[in-house]
Amino acid sequence: MADERIPFATHADQTVLGADEIVLNMGPQHPSTHGVLRVKLRLDGEKVIGSECVIGYLHRGVEKIAEHRSYQQFAPYVDRMDYVAAVSNGLGYCEAVEKLLGAEAPPRARVIRTILTELQRIASHLFWLGTHALDIGALTPLFYCLREREEILKIFEKFCGARLTTHAFRIGGLQYEAYDELEKDVERFCTPFDKRVDEYESLLTENRIWVGRTKGVGILTSKEAIDYGASGPVLRASGVKWDIRKAMPYAAYDQYKFEIPTGKNGDTYDRYIVRMEEMRQSRLICLQAIENIPAGPIMGKVGKVLKPPPGEVYHAIEAPKGELGYYIISDGTTQPYRVRIRPPSLINLEAFDKMIRGHLVADVVAIIGTLDIVLGEVDR
Amino acid sequence: MALDNDLVKRYKEKFGPAILEAWTDRKQAILVVARELLGEIALYSRDHEKFDWLSDLTAVDWPKREQRFDIVLNMYSFEKNERLRLKAHASADERVPSVQGIWSTANWMEREVYDMFGVIFEGHPDLKRILLPDEWQGHPLRKDYDILTQDTAWVRENLGIESGQ
Amino acid sequence: MLMNVFHFVISIWVPLVCALIIVAVLPLVAGYIVLMERKVMADMQARLGPMRVGPHGLLQPIADALKLLIKEDIIPDEADKAIFWFAPLISVTAAMLAMSALAIGPWFQIADLNVGLLFVVGISALGIFGIVLGGWSSNSHYSLLGALRSAAQLVSYETAAGMAIVGGLLLAGTLSTREIIQAQNDYGTWFAFAAPVGFFVYIVASIAETNRAPFDLPEAESELVAGYMTEYSGFRWALYFLAEYTNMVVVASIATTLFLGGWLRPFAGTPAFNFLDYFPSVLMLAVGAYCFYRAPKQPVKVQSLFMVAVGLLMILAAIILAAPLVPAVSDLLPGLKPGLHGAFWFLLKVGLYIYLFMWLRFTFPRYRFDQLMRLGWQFLIPLSIVNVMGIGLALVLHRHWGWGHLPAFGLTTLLTLVVAAWLGWAEEKKDKVHVFVGET
Repeated sequence: MADERIPFATHADQTVLGADEIVLNMGPQHPSTHGVLRVKLRLDGEKVIGSECVIGYLHRGVEKIAEHRSYQQFAPYVDRMDYVAAVSNGLGYCEAVEKLLGAEAPPRARVIRTILTELQRIASHLFWLGTHALDIGALTPLFYCLREREEILKIFEKFCGARLTTHAFRIGGLQYEAYDELEKDVERFCTPFDKRVDEYESLLTENRIWVGRTKGVGILTSKEAIDYGASGPVLRASGVKWDIRKAMPYAAYDQYKFEIPTGKNGDTYDRYIVRMEEMRQSRLICLQAIENIPAGPIMGKVGKVLKPPPGEVYHAIEAPKGELGYYIISDGTTQPYRVRIRPPSLINLEAFDKMIRGHLVADVVAIIGTLDIVLGEVDR
Repeated sequence: MALDNDLVKRYKEKFGPAILEAWTDRKQAILVVARELLGEIALYSRDHEKFDWLSDLTAVDWPKREQRFDIVLNMYSFEKNERLRLKAHASADERVPSVQGIWSTANWMEREVYDMFGVIFEGHPDLKRILLPDEWQGHPLRKDYDILTQDTAWVRENLGIESGQ
Repeated sequence: MLMNVFHFVISIWVPLVCALIIVAVLPLVAGYIVLMERKVMADMQARLGPMRVGPHGLLQPIADALKLLIKEDIIPDEADKAIFWFAPLISVTAAMLAMSALAIGPWFQIADLNVGLLFVVGISALGIFGIVLGGWSSNSHYSLLGALRSAAQLVSYETAAGMAIVGGLLLAGTLSTREIIQAQNDYGTWFAFAAPVGFFVYIVASIAETNRAPFDLPEAESELVAGYMTEYSGFRWALYFLAEYTNMVVVASIATTLFLGGWLRPFAGTPAFNFLDYFPSVLMLAVGAYCFYRAPKQPVKVQSLFMVAVGLLMILAAIILAAPLVPAVSDLLPGLKPGLHGAFWFLLKVGLYIYLFMWLRFTFPRYRFDQLMRLGWQFLIPLSIVNVMGIGLALVLHRHWGWGHLPAFGLTTLLTLVVAAWLGWAEEKKDKVHVFVGET
């Protein structure tokens, strides 16, 4: 069957001059692999001619655990996958189970969910920016980004008591009513945020060294991106204008106006620009949302004991890393029969070998950083 | 509920009896196809029906059935903004054609299915375990895989002590 | 016999004391430069930096030095023990030796060689041995690669720095540090204004020479090859670190001597600016006042007392610096004013240069090694050569054809900038074609 594809990890390219190739091992403990990721590199001098990612160091068997927990009991587990963006994980799971149940969260819950998810997107991208810049050598943006992210985490803490693994949403809506000053806090964060993004951009976007380190590095054409199943900013930077929030809207996204930033070349620089612009767009969504949070109940009509009718559903949301999909099969009991989580970081990481070929060793950290992977999600 | 729209009609026209069932569940379309023709059907889906993006490839274990595994492919089409789910039944010792040559995404996803379920994909260039260590015995996501016995056995063998579970 | 030795020692007592001061004080100064770096880094990153050890972290270097001294000395099994022991010493010795020809004030110099600057540049180039031998003796693949990379980088940028220095030397006409500063006094302006492109080239080359960001790939933690210092721990590592910061001071001193007027006060020859003579005392008074202001706010009583002590020290320094301005004192000790104030201005300029280094470190990301080498060989070296030719042309215009300073040097600087722009444009054009190394 099928056409010729580029040979995968184990088939390396030829070395120039027929020299010996060196095998270099990066990780699993390494400051720049964003978690426990092991990368085996085959080098011809400084040039990478082949690579292989070894994952599974953080595998916790989340999908197996799901089969032995009730639907509500499983909800805190999903936060721990992409622990940098826990709120989006929770949103995807709750909405998937609501689809399975045939229930719907009330409008007020949907809007508050949107606000929190967009704040989480900003926080996730801020963390990505700080660590990516740090890997490439810019020491300062990390602290500025964490300073902003701190404000968002304070809002989460006021809302649900936790900063990182929030378990903010429940199946059917929200458990806690939004606290009184949520709108004020969000507005106080969003209003100066544009200038802050300008500050980060002034440090990096036009900086010769930054451009030299990121332009032309890790190019993924749109055809390759679609072939490798990339999603999220990786896909958009390669030129494919696709965002689930616009294509198949969920929560309250169809009520708000926002743009989808797209790149042209699919290199590291474009992915950087796309994520910076996404932060600005998320801020606009938040500002639109807090103007008009509808009053009403926060919990939909779901019972205490959840027994969805037998069947299956696949529900995907646009997490900060890409398309986060939940494929849940119910057999009529209180525990799901199968929960499959489609991890965007894992699928994006598959493209790593394609992107690194021909680059130098110093670009490996840049490319791992630009894919924005979280090992909790890759390994589950 | 059973599905018989234009899409299904086109598939049935091309592949006839290989399309075993078609229905929608929670408004999402599902096609069950014969395992042997999975490769051709996948190729047709990508090239003619324009499902050029493979969202997910996974498996489900129904131990009480004769063909216990369900290989599930979730596909998406950018042009049509539509999702379609393909399923193929396979028993534990039947090999499933690999779709890695059609969508490169499937490479690691098929490795994960092999790792977790033990399904062997024919034509995959590098089918080895991905999440678990290479020397792991057993396939965890099968329904007859008991975490506790596996854990005590592994701890006894590798650490030489009794597991505290 | 003993009397001959005694007389000899007496006759060289000034250089001897200077050398002793340098060897004793320089490690402490390097430690405080590290503290300054951490505080400056924290300031640019919207945080505070060391605050606990001593008020405002002022005793942090002492704590660090103590810790490094009592740390376990780990030597890799297969390492070449003799060279492993010797390599950091080479680096430190070379760095400190380079200080010997530099004049910190008119009265503080170990040796006024008439080939002063050449000596300094040559000796600091010897420091590269320390790096290469350190990497080799560690018996680690990656240490050696890091050391070789670092050596390649240093050698390349040494050339550019050397050519930039040649540009300044053309203006000065002499290699002796003392006379270079005298030449700047006679000229009326510092050479940085007469040869700005040369100064710029020297700044960039000196950053690369001291392995500072954005040229610190051989030392970077987030890259794969951890560098020549990996296998060194405890005091040996401290020696390498000391060598690096001493190199920074040396390089800053060379720049100050050659381009920034050394110990000359800004506008040294203009009587209208004589009020600047009060600046040293005023600065010390301001620092002292700040210490007194912060003293009651310290969390612990001991730290308050320490701050008060530091404040008093600053007041004392202010008094000492103000003393030569009192006519009675200056009549008694005429050499005091140039000595003290000269040392102050020199150290201030060195401090500002090092602050510039730190500023650049925390603003820019790191260059990749091939980009670094390309910048050195294809931009800086051609530019520095053109700069030398430009200064030569300016001197011909000035001395033989009677042009004034400003038109002559202004014209040649403009021409050099045109060449620089062309070099930069050519490099970028090549970058666009050259997407990445390897197959398409």
